[in-house]
Amino acid sequence: MSESYGKLMKDGLWENNVVFAQLLAMCPTMAVTTSGTNGLGMGLATTAVLVVSNILVSMIRHTVSSQVRIPVFVVLIATLVTVVDMAMNAWLHELYKVLGLFIALIVVNCAILGRAEAYAVKNGVAASAVDGLAMGLGFTGALTFIGLIREFLGSGTLFAQASNLLGPSFAFLEMKLPGYGGALLMILPPGGFAILGFLLAGKRVMERRLEERAAQKAELAAA
Amino acid sequence: MNLEAIREKIAYQPILLGIFALLASGALALASSATGGAIAAAEAKDLRDSLSEVLPQGMADNDFLTDTVDLKKGEKTVTIYRARQGGVVKAALFKVAERGYAGDIQVLMAVDTDGKTLGVRVLKHVETPGLGDKIEVKKDKWIKDFDGKSLGDPSPEKWGVKKDSGVFDQFAGATITPRAVVKAVKGGLEFFAAHKAEITG
Repeated sequence: MSESYGKLMKDGLWENNVVFAQLLAMCPTMAVTTSGTNGLGMGLATTAVLVVSNILVSMIRHTVSSQVRIPVFVVLIATLVTVVDMAMNAWLHELYKVLGLFIALIVVNCAILGRAEAYAVKNGVAASAVDGLAMGLGFTGALTFIGLIREFLGSGTLFAQASNLLGPSFAFLEMKLPGYGGALLMILPPGGFAILGFLLAGKRVMERRLEERAAQKAELAAA
Repeated sequence: MNLEAIREKIAYQPILLGIFALLASGALALASSATGGAIAAAEAKDLRDSLSEVLPQGMADNDFLTDTVDLKKGEKTVTIYRARQGGVVKAALFKVAERGYAGDIQVLMAVDTDGKTLGVRVLKHVETPGLGDKIEVKKDKWIKDFDGKSLGDPSPEKWGVKKDSGVFDQFAGATITPRAVVKAVKGGLEFFAAHKAEITG
């Protein structure tokens, strides 16, 4: 609990990113990142569930014994997702028609149970909420980024149908590369794995460079 | 007795699980009863919107949502909404379903009394996003190719996707999906032709 909120945010967004560092939630990552808009929608819905589930788990962490914590958390998360699903269907029906397919998928997102187990069960309510938010935003960023790359290579568009998700005022995000039919492979699952592989490698290289630079600096300072 | 000691007792575990199961069922029951009406209303509005979308403007002067007739199609019952003008049936609107790539594709179609399609829309599907979802009118205007088609035009053997030497386009990477939609529409037209007397009667 001595961790600062800034550290939590940095962890979620970069160092311990759900997709790029923990390699969790691969199923939704591969399934929905066929376009930037889909990735963004799934990411935002997951973030909402993750924040609430982290808060609830943190609130009940003293009551739940370690022997039965997993079934309790699973029931909690499944209930939460179902309630969100029904509430959106009832009151945000237009948005639900776009996102509906993804909502139920959140139940099986192991990142949610993962955060409950790894963080919320050991930490206070406020810190858990921040952790959920940071992890969720990191997840959203990763999904949107992979989605945009796959969409651009695969169909030559960027943020296609973003106005369906975010409202007509976001239509300016939608871009299309004229005269490019797209490489279908990128939309199919192999493309997803390939892109993710390149991104992971890129992240490793970047981190090693940063480390080397830091080491050099330290050497210079010592000399 | 502090919480730490109680928490380790064997009886504590099932009771705790039971309490959480009860709480979860309670929350779900509450949510279901709170949202049930709104969901039904939203779905009714969806149906009305999509019915109006397949039916050209001015085709009906009645409230076709309430002017229905139920017919048997195989095992299932199909509800047919009838659009009338001055009391005479001008068009029939009904849902058909066909198995697509990942699950059933629900198609809503409007047919005029000559057996010509007035409009077709996909209501519900679980096809691959980015590949099969071009059957949605929001994503592609492919579905409008059916407008004005009838059982004789194109001829029955041409009622298929181009890969099957038909007249309808397939999508790159998705043939099964458009094939299923074509089959559904053709089945709908055949169904209408077989039951025309009951529908217009």
